Amino acid sequence: MTTSNQNGTAVWQLILAWGFVGIPLAWGVAQTIANSLKLFQ
Amino acid sequence: MGATAQTDSGGPFGFLARSHTIAKPGFSRWMVPPAALCVHLCIGQAYAFSVFNLPMTKLIGISQSAPNDWNLPELGWIFSIAIFFLGMSAAVFGRWVEEGGPRRAMFTAALCWSGGFILSAIGVYAHALWLIYIGYGVLGGCGLGIGYISPVSTLIKWFPDRPGMATGMAIMGFGGGAFIASPLSVWLMSRFSTATHVGVAETFIVLGVIYFIFMMVGSIIVRVPAPGWKPEGYTPPVQASKLITTSDVFVYDSLKTPQFWLIWWILCLNVTAGIGVLGQASAMSQEMFPGKVSPVAAAGFVGLMSLFNMGGRFFWASTSDYIGRKNTYFVFMVLGFLLYVAVPSTGAIGSVEAFVLCFLVIISMYGGGFATVPAYLKDMFGTRYVGAIHGLLLTAWSMAGIFGPVLVNYIREYNVTHGVPKAQAYNVTMYIMAGLLVIGFLCNLFIEAVHHRFHMQPESDGALATAAEAGAAMAARLTGKPA
Repeated sequence: MTTSNQNGTAVWQLILAWGFVGIPLAWGVAQTIANSLKLFQ
Repeated sequence: MGATAQTDSGGPFGFLARSHTIAKPGFSRWMVPPAALCVHLCIGQAYAFSVFNLPMTKLIGISQSAPNDWNLPELGWIFSIAIFFLGMSAAVFGRWVEEGGPRRAMFTAALCWSGGFILSAIGVYAHALWLIYIGYGVLGGCGLGIGYISPVSTLIKWFPDRPGMATGMAIMGFGGGAFIASPLSVWLMSRFSTATHVGVAETFIVLGVIYFIFMMVGSIIVRVPAPGWKPEGYTPPVQASKLITTSDVFVYDSLKTPQFWLIWWILCLNVTAGIGVLGQASAMSQEMFPGKVSPVAAAGFVGLMSLFNMGGRFFWASTSDYIGRKNTYFVFMVLGFLLYVAVPSTGAIGSVEAFVLCFLVIISMYGGGFATVPAYLKDMFGTRYVGAIHGLLLTAWSMAGIFGPVLVNYIREYNVTHGVPKAQAYNVTMYIMAGLLVIGFLCNLFIEAVHHRFHMQPESDGALATAAEAGAAMAARLTGKPA
């Protein structure tokens, strides 16, 4: 068995799956960093 | 096993069966972390539930609380009940989750979690707090527990070479869920609020629908590895190393081992020390540095702590793959002890920077403790029932969730009422937290490999397999479909 994506998972599927969770998480982290910067003001 | 076999037999929910989730050759294991994150990012909303507390005290009065409005202590029970049921459901349903496979568990978690929001929305409409206790607290809490353990155990099976990193990714999502939920909830409430209501019920409904969709996507893309699968280039150890077993321990047999209870106490003490200060960070920073830390800066400090809580989950769990689980917890206990003891000194010398640095490292280790423990259990008890054993262990979280805040709040109150200046009211608490970590250090010190008498024997493996086959055959006869 391998983890290669021959006949299995395509690269676009990986990008879609990671984007599906990564984009909302990145947005939330960016919001939190923006709020955290108030500590240094 | 029988239940698993029946689900495997088909029927309307046959697609949820473990057998339908076995990965085909070529499936990339890197699809599984996003599936796990779909669930953990949703249930991580629990950390952001407090954004609803203030609006829910004005459901009748709208601009300010009316006499019939709920008060904060009453609303505080919603989160407490949810965390209690997280631990209880993880413990009770752990074996069901492990044997039924991740898709069935994630689907169930989605129903419970989203159902909890919908029931709570009805509770807000009807102004029935008990309905919210049952909705978000009991039903949502069960969704939390089942949703928390299922992806973690699946990831451990996909990443035998890097179990700490894999579980760190998922549990990082649990910490990060609040980052999305908090601003999203505030925005939704602002969109739905009118002159006559505050928009909490509508926000609950929208969140329930969004979370259901997200969690269903996770349950659809999740897969379990085929029997005998191993990562490319990975050679599993033939012989167990000193602290990493190659055998499995049955879920309930783990309760008979000292290792389970030692790890239970390690988690409980580490979480108690972290959770106590997490909830009080804003007030503590302002009271220890009067005039230096404004409420706005304190809110920024809390946000920064949340980031380190999330980042620590991935960093420490990944680090544990290299330095070992026992050594990682030694770092938590020793470094945590030194930092807790140093906190009063930062107040005495008036160094906000040193205070912030101490707490950021402490809170990263709080998150790291959560994220590293599944891999510690895998090292001790094997992969077969690690999810179920993890479920049992989460009762330590429920316990810490009660003791941590109580310890900090009551000791502070006691000090303030006995004339201790507010700036020094937390000193005793810090020393007590440091003491808890000394006990945790000793518990970790006593951990050694599980005795072989607790390992599952080939005969019992065979017996379990035979039982599963018999159950499947019975189900096939009943449904007329092949098992």
